[in-house]
Amino acid sequence: MNTDQKVISVRNLTKKFGAFTANDSLSFDVYKGEIFGFLGANGAGKTTAMKILCGLSYPTSGEIMVAGLDVYKQREELKKNIGYMSQKFSLYEDLTVFENIRFYAGIYGMSSKEIKAKSDDLLQKLGLVHARNKRIGELPLGWKQKLAFSVAIFHNPEIVFLDEPTGGVDPVTRRQFWDLIYEASRNGITIFVTTHYMDEAEYCNRISIMVDGRIDALDTPERLKKQFEAKDMDEVFLKLARKSNYQE
Amino acid sequence: MLKGHYSFTIILKITMKRFIGFIKKEFYHIFRDKRSMLILFGMPIVQLLLFGFVITNDLKDVKMAVVDHSKDEYTLEIINKITSSGYFKLVENLDGIAQVDEIFRKGETKVVLVFEPDFGKNLVKGSHASVQLLTDASEPNMANMEVNYLQGILQNYNVEINRGKRVPNQIVPQTRMYFNAELESVYMFIPGIMATILMLVSAMMTSISIAREKELGTMEILLVSPLQPWQIILGKVTPYLVLSFINALVIVGMGYFVFGVPVLGSFVLLMAESVLFILLALSLGIFISTVSDSQQVAMMLSMFALMLPTILLSGFIFPLRNMPLPLQILSNIIPPRWFIVIIKNIMLKGTGFEFVWKETLILIGMTAGLIALSVKKFKIRLE
Repeated sequence: MNTDQKVISVRNLTKKFGAFTANDSLSFDVYKGEIFGFLGANGAGKTTAMKILCGLSYPTSGEIMVAGLDVYKQREELKKNIGYMSQKFSLYEDLTVFENIRFYAGIYGMSSKEIKAKSDDLLQKLGLVHARNKRIGELPLGWKQKLAFSVAIFHNPEIVFLDEPTGGVDPVTRRQFWDLIYEASRNGITIFVTTHYMDEAEYCNRISIMVDGRIDALDTPERLKKQFEAKDMDEVFLKLARKSNYQE
Repeated sequence: MLKGHYSFTIILKITMKRFIGFIKKEFYHIFRDKRSMLILFGMPIVQLLLFGFVITNDLKDVKMAVVDHSKDEYTLEIINKITSSGYFKLVENLDGIAQVDEIFRKGETKVVLVFEPDFGKNLVKGSHASVQLLTDASEPNMANMEVNYLQGILQNYNVEINRGKRVPNQIVPQTRMYFNAELESVYMFIPGIMATILMLVSAMMTSISIAREKELGTMEILLVSPLQPWQIILGKVTPYLVLSFINALVIVGMGYFVFGVPVLGSFVLLMAESVLFILLALSLGIFISTVSDSQQVAMMLSMFALMLPTILLSGFIFPLRNMPLPLQILSNIIPPRWFIVIIKNIMLKGTGFEFVWKETLILIGMTAGLIALSVKKFKIRLE
């Protein structure tokens, strides 16, 4: 993690849907190569904020830079420099492994030669060479998930957004998945991840916890546990969530 | 200047490459899905065969009457040939043509043969003799078949008597359809099927395929990618445009070669109008997909909002002029209603653009409106 280089810089991000405020003046920075956990209960406003950072939705107000680009004015440039993976894994089940890679890499403008060389390396690394021409539908969930992540960073983006990437996957596979995330982070790709699993939160370099559209806590897992006098992240999360209910 | 030009071609190249990649993927989806393939290629053929063959019955013992003003060996032999074919059965000899209307109205007799006076003499001495084939065309498909069969038998006989002759004699059959002189709707199944299939393939299948991307979450990935929304939409609809066009060709081709349905007007105009209708159906499909989040919803909407009106309110099966006024008014907003008028005019009446420009304008207007609406909807979704 390199704190000199901000990959995401958010100042006073506010998003309103009519009278409802989904994001209330969020401010935070994410640094190059960092694994940044974006936590919050359902409906806390995580998805809304993530969509704005990905250029899928405009904020109501605020200054937001992603990969050094303005989300208002440089949306097209921005989209080339980010990757995205959702909880649905988002590969085409009726296409083969290689066809999926070729399609997604193709829409990011990679050349056929580049795609071929890089996909050979990738399949080698994932141990999926034999499955190159198998349809995604035939693969087990864990493989799909690893592949979906690899496809999301195939075009070498500065930052990859992961929206609850480990939903419905067993703990062993989840652990293996996090190995891939660490590797990407070592290669300088910034990881912005939302999750429901508190054990996963511990793997992040820093976490922010959203409650009712605001960021109520932002620090390393260690310091957050100390701050909230909690034995694990679960407890931290529950204490914050309870606070939210109490205020209402 | 030079540099700007250079980068423009590069951008164009990348855009084209992306687009082709997208279309390739779309074709994989279609070709690997048995259901899609069945709808795409099975449906038009099955429908054509159903309407063309199954619904028209076989000819057997069709009741026939004869008005024989000549009563010579030739007319007797011809009548014999016809009745011995097994397709027709002689039930009555009439004195004059005045009775024809009445016996057709009774509904039993379907065909009347009228031989001119001195038929045999004309055939042997003169160069030709004429016989009238009168049919009850209130069942147009049947009438058409009856005429074809009768003409076939007459032609065979004609060939037979001319054998070994230097100057051939000619039997000239003249056809007249009673109750339905223009034989309206005998060929109506071609325009009707064309409208139904193009609607089905273009609108229903695009809306389902876009909804599927939403359902599977791949649409999100595409929207996050550098692809512009219009590029995504264009990539999704282009394969269906191509396949629908092929379908239009297949339907017209099968109509022509299998069922003898003519294309009297300009083929180019017919295809141009078909492309316009396909574009309209595609924009309808896009519009449906903007309001539905799952394949099921898209399918139901297409079924009830498109297929049923296309079949019921377009004049394809049920004549519009027999409908209650509110339904007639409602039929005006059903695009296939106008398309059917257009192809009927071009294919069956052989009219040119000057007779269908109004309908064409209506279709263009509908297409433009739907595209505008979809773009607006799509934008709202993004915000």
